Amino acid sequence: MNTVLAPIGRFLLAPWRGRAWRDLWFVILSSALSLLPLGLIGLPWAVFAPTHLPSILACAFLPVLAAVLLGPQLTTLRRYVYYEIRGAQIPRAPHTTRDAASADAPFLQRMRVRLRHPRTWRQACYHLIAGPAANLVGVIAGTMWVAGLICFGWLGMAIVLGPDWKWLSMATSLALWRALACLVVVYLAPWLVMASVRWDLKFATDLLGPSRAERLARRLTDLTESRAAVVDAADAERRRIERDLHDGAQQRLVSLAMNLGLARATLKDLPEDARTALAEAHEEAKEALGELRNLVRGLHPVVLEDRGLDAALSGIAARSPVPVRLAVDVPRRVPPTVEAVAYFMVSEALANVAKHAQASAARVDVWLDGALLRLSVADDGIGGADAARGSGLTGLAQRAASVDGRLEIVSPVGGPTTVMVELPCEL
Amino acid sequence: MRTVIAEDSVLLRAGLTKLLETTGFEVAAAVDDAAGLLAAVERHRPELVIADVRMPPTFTDEGIRAALVVRRQWPEVAIMVLSQYVEERYAADLLSTSTTGVGYLLKDRVADVNVFLESLRRVAAGGTALDPEVVAQLLVRRQNTPLDRLTGREREVLGLMAEGRSNAGIAEKLVVSESAVAKHINSIFTKLDLPTSEGDHRRVLAVLRFLERASPTV
Repeated sequence: MNTVLAPIGRFLLAPWRGRAWRDLWFVILSSALSLLPLGLIGLPWAVFAPTHLPSILACAFLPVLAAVLLGPQLTTLRRYVYYEIRGAQIPRAPHTTRDAASADAPFLQRMRVRLRHPRTWRQACYHLIAGPAANLVGVIAGTMWVAGLICFGWLGMAIVLGPDWKWLSMATSLALWRALACLVVVYLAPWLVMASVRWDLKFATDLLGPSRAERLARRLTDLTESRAAVVDAADAERRRIERDLHDGAQQRLVSLAMNLGLARATLKDLPEDARTALAEAHEEAKEALGELRNLVRGLHPVVLEDRGLDAALSGIAARSPVPVRLAVDVPRRVPPTVEAVAYFMVSEALANVAKHAQASAARVDVWLDGALLRLSVADDGIGGADAARGSGLTGLAQRAASVDGRLEIVSPVGGPTTVMVELPCEL
Repeated sequence: MRTVIAEDSVLLRAGLTKLLETTGFEVAAAVDDAAGLLAAVERHRPELVIADVRMPPTFTDEGIRAALVVRRQWPEVAIMVLSQYVEERYAADLLSTSTTGVGYLLKDRVADVNVFLESLRRVAAGGTALDPEVVAQLLVRRQNTPLDRLTGREREVLGLMAEGRSNAGIAEKLVVSESAVAKHINSIFTKLDLPTSEGDHRRVLAVLRFLERASPTV
């Protein structure tokens, strides 16, 4: 029941709710602010009453220019009023390099820059058109509301206090209609006032706040930053795991394998099955060591951190089952995240070569091209690699994209295949 | 044989000490960082040093750096560096001073006790012991050098030489006769322009030539 009655109750109580009255108060203040720029434009016409074309142009043009240039001050005033009365924050437009550049420039140049800036015209559009229009609706609705209340009260007084009951019976129908009309106005007008305030706020947010392009630019900056943070965090986490494994499990396994090896070498007079068990345990321990080492190396090779890409890549190239020739020409260290991505991309690409290419040789070239780290992994295999199908290649493309890099694969059926990657070094 | 061990993992340090002591080495000191290593070498003047690459405080390459200091100050001390990862740059650093009495092995090799002890003895006797993984890394660099003139088999032989194997060892590994190995080695010497007069040192020079390619900065 409540769900049905609540909206009706809200409707019936609208004229007596605090919010409606606050909005009415807001419309009054806002209208006063709207009159400022409008007055600025109207004033010369009232004072000088221009009749000739030049004076008409001057009267039309100069005040608009003044209103445009006073935009920031008017906007600040608006922002303050919105915040104080409605508690609404009009988002601030970001400072662009254009604004910063004009700060020290001579007055005329500053004005020119400002006149060219789209924000100036969006603000003028609000102060001269959208804001006043919304206020006008609000003022009309507010006037009707107050007038309706007064009329209704006056009629009620007449009905209750009117000494002449005959007049009442004669005028009943007319007074009743009037009272009804007043009642309707009293209930509808507050909604219109609230709506006008809402429009006003929407216009203000859209036109005084950052534009869509500015918001998108801002969002792009935020996303880029957060993505870089995520990529860095993942990288740091891999290093931590690598370090933990190195300092713990690996050392223990080496020690265990060594002790088993020692036992195997020294305990010669054990029964046959005990010796076999010992030998098996020793081999298992060595295999586990090898597996763990490969796993850790896949996480984040220490040598990459200590000695850079060249050293780390020679490690993977050496372990590739397909013979690899490697050439690295990277005279300076690039950011660690880029190094890590490059390392994994070469590692993955070589794994793909070994798995799918049926190649007899591969070549890895890595070089620095200005601010771009480029790498290419080429093989003489059967080709036909397709980034759209192979999940491994999709992973490579995503890896590159995680640092704004690009991946290109040339792999005609019949081969050969070349994977080319570009990674920007300034993140 | 008097030995000093530098290894920061307690477990492994104790294990290595036990292994060496059971097999006839004398462990003069077992320390856990590079500074301790230098102090122990100063005091005990060992014949052999076994050092981990990654040690406190920075856990990067202090082992290598300490080994280089030992090489410079006490050239008669043989050094075996152990590492979780092998990296030919470290090997090149190590071999840049001299190629005698130096070893560089993956830590995992410790598990093959007999092979490991054999490598230790070889290094202490002035030989070299390079991990096969280091040697494999050296082969992947594309460079236009005399090394490119070598045939596949010759490269293999050179790789095994770099690991520190004797002709007999190489012959066994490649399943060929020792005379075939000697022939390959002679061919390698010719292709690398190593004069005949230097005898056995040519092996070391060939290996060094091999390593130099890996690291033009050293």
